[in-house]
Amino acid sequence: MAKRSFLIPGVDKRLLIKDSLKTMPDVTRRRFIAGGASLGALTLLTGCDVVDSSSAEALLAKVSKFNDAVQDFIFNPDALAPTFPESAITKPFPFNAYYDLDDAPDVDGDAWKLEVRGLVDDKKSWTLPELYKLPQSTQITRHICVEGWSAIGSWTGTPLRDFLKLIGADTRAKYVWFQCADKDGYNSPLDMRTALHPQTQMTFRYANEILPRAYGFPMKIRVPTKLGFKNPKYVVSMEVTNDYKGGYWEDQGYNSFSGS
Amino acid sequence: MASLTVTDEHVGATPAKTIQPVWVRVMHWTNAVAMILMILSGWQIYNASPLFGFSFPRGYTLGGWLGGGLLWHFAAMWLLMINGLAYLITGFATGRFAKKLLPITPSGVLHDVRAALTFKLSHDDLSVYNYVQRALYAGIIVVGVLIVLSGLSMWKPVQLHWLVTLFGDYPTARYVHFFCMAAICAFIVIHVLLALLVPKSLRAMIIGR
Repeated sequence: MAKRSFLIPGVDKRLLIKDSLKTMPDVTRRRFIAGGASLGALTLLTGCDVVDSSSAEALLAKVSKFNDAVQDFIFNPDALAPTFPESAITKPFPFNAYYDLDDAPDVDGDAWKLEVRGLVDDKKSWTLPELYKLPQSTQITRHICVEGWSAIGSWTGTPLRDFLKLIGADTRAKYVWFQCADKDGYNSPLDMRTALHPQTQMTFRYANEILPRAYGFPMKIRVPTKLGFKNPKYVVSMEVTNDYKGGYWEDQGYNSFSGS
Repeated sequence: MASLTVTDEHVGATPAKTIQPVWVRVMHWTNAVAMILMILSGWQIYNASPLFGFSFPRGYTLGGWLGGGLLWHFAAMWLLMINGLAYLITGFATGRFAKKLLPITPSGVLHDVRAALTFKLSHDDLSVYNYVQRALYAGIIVVGVLIVLSGLSMWKPVQLHWLVTLFGDYPTARYVHFFCMAAICAFIVIHVLLALLVPKSLRAMIIGR
């Protein structure tokens, strides 16, 4: 038997790093290189009979798909996210995005219209005053970020399921896909069962004030049964669709269902 | 050839005493792999939003970035949970836990800790665990259950909100998860050190004897 490196049998370390870098998102790739490639991690990556990083990645993607199915299975449409008293609200509620607050979309509320597309009877666009007239409710729930931190906030708006009913959406469709005004075009798919959850909300107000720019003016989608990145801000359009159209973070590897 | 066969039969007729049955060995090493994957990917996830004023060195994290760490964590969790559940069921059903880990008396633990620190602890019969081993192994099983439960409550804080209530709230479950990880890391250091000091115990966990 030929002599082999014990750590990575039959794999050239330099090629391995090069391969894995190719599959990383741009920003991360730059950070990864700046921080020095982590050989220890890559060694482990190949440790369990996975011979190159792309097949490891394929396997992990498969398991993530499996986890989507598991989460869809255990999702109870009647299970409500815990609610809290006003005294529990986190102050200040953190701003979080992949850009600084100065670079957050500065949407002109007078010119803004919510575009409605896809499997709906009424495709008319909605102005802000029109949306404000819809019945609203308030929820004080915990926002949980994919990074691990959490914060309790107060959101007011119209239940998404009421709006979907109003526009005659085909609720047998698989997804409601949101597009946003964020730079680089943020978007995110929401599975229909979650879209119809009683606490899933088209949010217009935070802490009884018009939704500030930091939290997604003029409209965000508050989904307390999902991680924060599946609560899109600065929403400009929604599409009812059977196609999985991907999402800003979902495409980079965050689990697509990401339910809580 | 004939003589070889006879020799084999002869060896087979007087088998050495099995210290670690095969199911223990398989589950032990499966758990070792799962634990290392969970810890290194967990450190990657921790670094995205540290609970304390430090981060784990990049070279000791798995996944390259938060998204990669999460993919590893939520893949290896199946290995950890299924193997761990099988271990608990088999351990109770075969009576191994009761036989090997009990009783645990404070005086016994104290006595054996003192003996261990002065290198006077006997290792003549590896099939009987001393009180240091009993306390550590029983303790780490409890920590293992806790880290899975706190992890599940962080993964599904709405669907499993009753589990979150068990820990108090979501942020507390996060701290419990972290401290369980720290306890497991401390265990691994001591466990590996002791196994290296008594190499035949390591051999028993590999080949059974």
